[in-house]
Amino acid sequence: MLRLEKLRITQGDFTLRADWQVAEGSRVAVIGPSGGGKSTLLMAIAGFLAPSAGRVLWQGKDLAAVAPGDRPVSMLFQDQNLFPHLSLRENLGLGLSPRLRLDAAQEARIAGALERVGLAGLGAARPGRLSGGQQGRAALARALLRARPVLLLDEPFAALGPALKVEMLALVAEIAGETGAMVLMVTHDPQDARRLGGETVLVAGGEALPPRGTEALFADPPQALRDYLG
Amino acid sequence: MAERAGTLAAGAVAATLGLLTLGTLAVVALQTGGGLRLGPADWAALRFTVWQAVLSALASVLLAVPVARALARRRFAGRGALIALLGAPFLLPVIVAVLGLLAVFGRAGLLNRGLEALGLPVLSVYGLHGVVLAHVFLNMPLAVRLILQGWATIPAERFRLAASLGFGPGDVFRHLERPMLREVLPGAVVVIFVICLTSFAVALTLGGGPRATTLELAIYQALRFEFDLTRAAVLALAQFALCAAAVLAAARLALPAGFGAGLDRTALTLAPGGWRRGLDALAIALAAGFLLAPLGAVVAAGLPGLGSLPDTVWAAAGRSVSVALASTLVSVAGALVLALAAARGARGFELAATLPLAASSLVLGTGLFLAVYPFVSPASVALPVTVLVNAALSLPFAFRVILPEARRMQADHGRLAEALGLRGMARLRWLVLPRLRRPLGFALGICAALSMGDLGVIALFAGEREATLPLLVQRLVGAYQMQAAASASLLLVALSFGLFWLFDWGGRRGAEA
Repeated sequence: MLRLEKLRITQGDFTLRADWQVAEGSRVAVIGPSGGGKSTLLMAIAGFLAPSAGRVLWQGKDLAAVAPGDRPVSMLFQDQNLFPHLSLRENLGLGLSPRLRLDAAQEARIAGALERVGLAGLGAARPGRLSGGQQGRAALARALLRARPVLLLDEPFAALGPALKVEMLALVAEIAGETGAMVLMVTHDPQDARRLGGETVLVAGGEALPPRGTEALFADPPQALRDYLG
Repeated sequence: MAERAGTLAAGAVAATLGLLTLGTLAVVALQTGGGLRLGPADWAALRFTVWQAVLSALASVLLAVPVARALARRRFAGRGALIALLGAPFLLPVIVAVLGLLAVFGRAGLLNRGLEALGLPVLSVYGLHGVVLAHVFLNMPLAVRLILQGWATIPAERFRLAASLGFGPGDVFRHLERPMLREVLPGAVVVIFVICLTSFAVALTLGGGPRATTLELAIYQALRFEFDLTRAAVLALAQFALCAAAVLAAARLALPAGFGAGLDRTALTLAPGGWRRGLDALAIALAAGFLLAPLGAVVAAGLPGLGSLPDTVWAAAGRSVSVALASTLVSVAGALVLALAAARGARGFELAATLPLAASSLVLGTGLFLAVYPFVSPASVALPVTVLVNAALSLPFAFRVILPEARRMQADHGRLAEALGLRGMARLRWLVLPRLRRPLGFALGICAALSMGDLGVIALFAGEREATLPLLVQRLVGAYQMQAAASASLLLVALSFGLFWLFDWGGRRGAEA
């Protein structure tokens, strides 16, 4: 269970509040106007922003003192998800061992993960040689290896074309299904939220509202969502 | 956590720098016993220090303007090589530059032989004009690079607009170039003024006497010849106050960074023809000649004796290389630690990295001399002290080179590294060293060349057997062994540029885009 308990994040004169919880394995889309605080919410959960009040709890444990790398979280950023100077194998390896001391079993898992996302045999390639879609796949493969129970997606596929984005979302759903991970995915596209299924959190007016079933939410949108959808 | 360890390390480096600069200053202040009386000779040294720095800075920058303009608006074969050559004097050992200038402008130099042949009176290169000449030789190229960057900042669209409005060269100057120069020139003047304030080797070789002694030279003479520790301390305080005031004044101006890339732009610039074309060609030819003739003279004079260098030269070369490598390692490691902390947003470390700029080799040297003198013979610690002082004095340059890339690395990859729990040695190995390879190589090269050519604190401490190569060259010149001096200085240039090239090449090789 991921619980945001009377959470308040302050950045300058911007404040975001949230007070709700999500069950393990849930799929949650985070939707709302740009500048509304969607990324801010994910950053707080991942540990890059300290709350000014309230707590982030995982399985009842306060995460405040836990460094980002030690949280039960994998995160895909909008860009720079891979180190450009390392090979794919090394980039994935960092997900298993930050010192990159890999034994044969781990090497096999890396090869398996690359194969799983359709990048078999590309372990020696540098990210610069890959297309945007392939880079997204590699980042997902690393998340697969890390197998953390929460997967945070901060619009990592925003720069991809529509067809490719649909493909990547399907892959996200598959991988989350395999690892049993909870997915929190920022998007500005209602279609993405529908495709993900599950629930949707609306972030607007300085508040992240509690998640509601996506279909129900769009069937009967509150005023803020209607304003956003136009 | 990695951040805490890094910030702690940066704090230790900053504290060491503070102790080195302000601690030595305290030792110096104690030695003066509160009596801050500058004698007439000291005032003369203070006045001369400021005056020669003012003249050198103004002359360097004014002469640089036509050269920079010519380089900015003309394209010709060898232009890139000439711009690269402009970076050389910064890394050239000062004593070698002086020898080259003597070969061209000295009593028996090319210029005076020409004047003699024409029946004209010969010129002396010693005294104020010699000091200024050497400073212009060393710093005019830097000024050209700074001003050239200024030209590169004028958007190409603006030159296109000027062309479409039918601007003549005068209009272009009034509306485009003059505003840029008004922004760039003050910064360039101040940078060169500060550099010339701490000039020691030039004053040691071309200055001297009551009319051409800088504060640094006066400190050296008070310590080495008169052994008047209190007078040396008073002079050192005056020198520190002068430098600190200049650095503070400089900090208020937007200072240009000394060694930028981006000097090449393919976009068209307005290049007027006619007599202006000839004038540009003349400016470029004169500047190239002014830079190349002394360098050529050093090579020509030094080559014949290179095969028969005495053992003392090789021994000094060995000491110099060891000192340079040690101080380079210390300096760049310290600069990296400070730059990483500053890039993470920790405060105060930029100031710490700037601190050594206010100190000078002889001021630090005086403080350390006073500190160790009661306990050990200064000569016995000459080399470790030189390593320490060279490391401190080149750290600000290394820091400036590393910081922008460290900031970019933090912005681009800091979050991912944190998300993956990459910290400590793993972060250094898999993120920092590969990402910063290029600036680190460049910084290592700069520090190695600067330390290799340094003739400052070593002159205060070294006895007969501790001389580094630049000091040995200076001693050979003092003993009128000109052939040995020429060959030793050629070896010195080769080693300085060789080390620079080696490190810089190592940084470029395999650096990722």
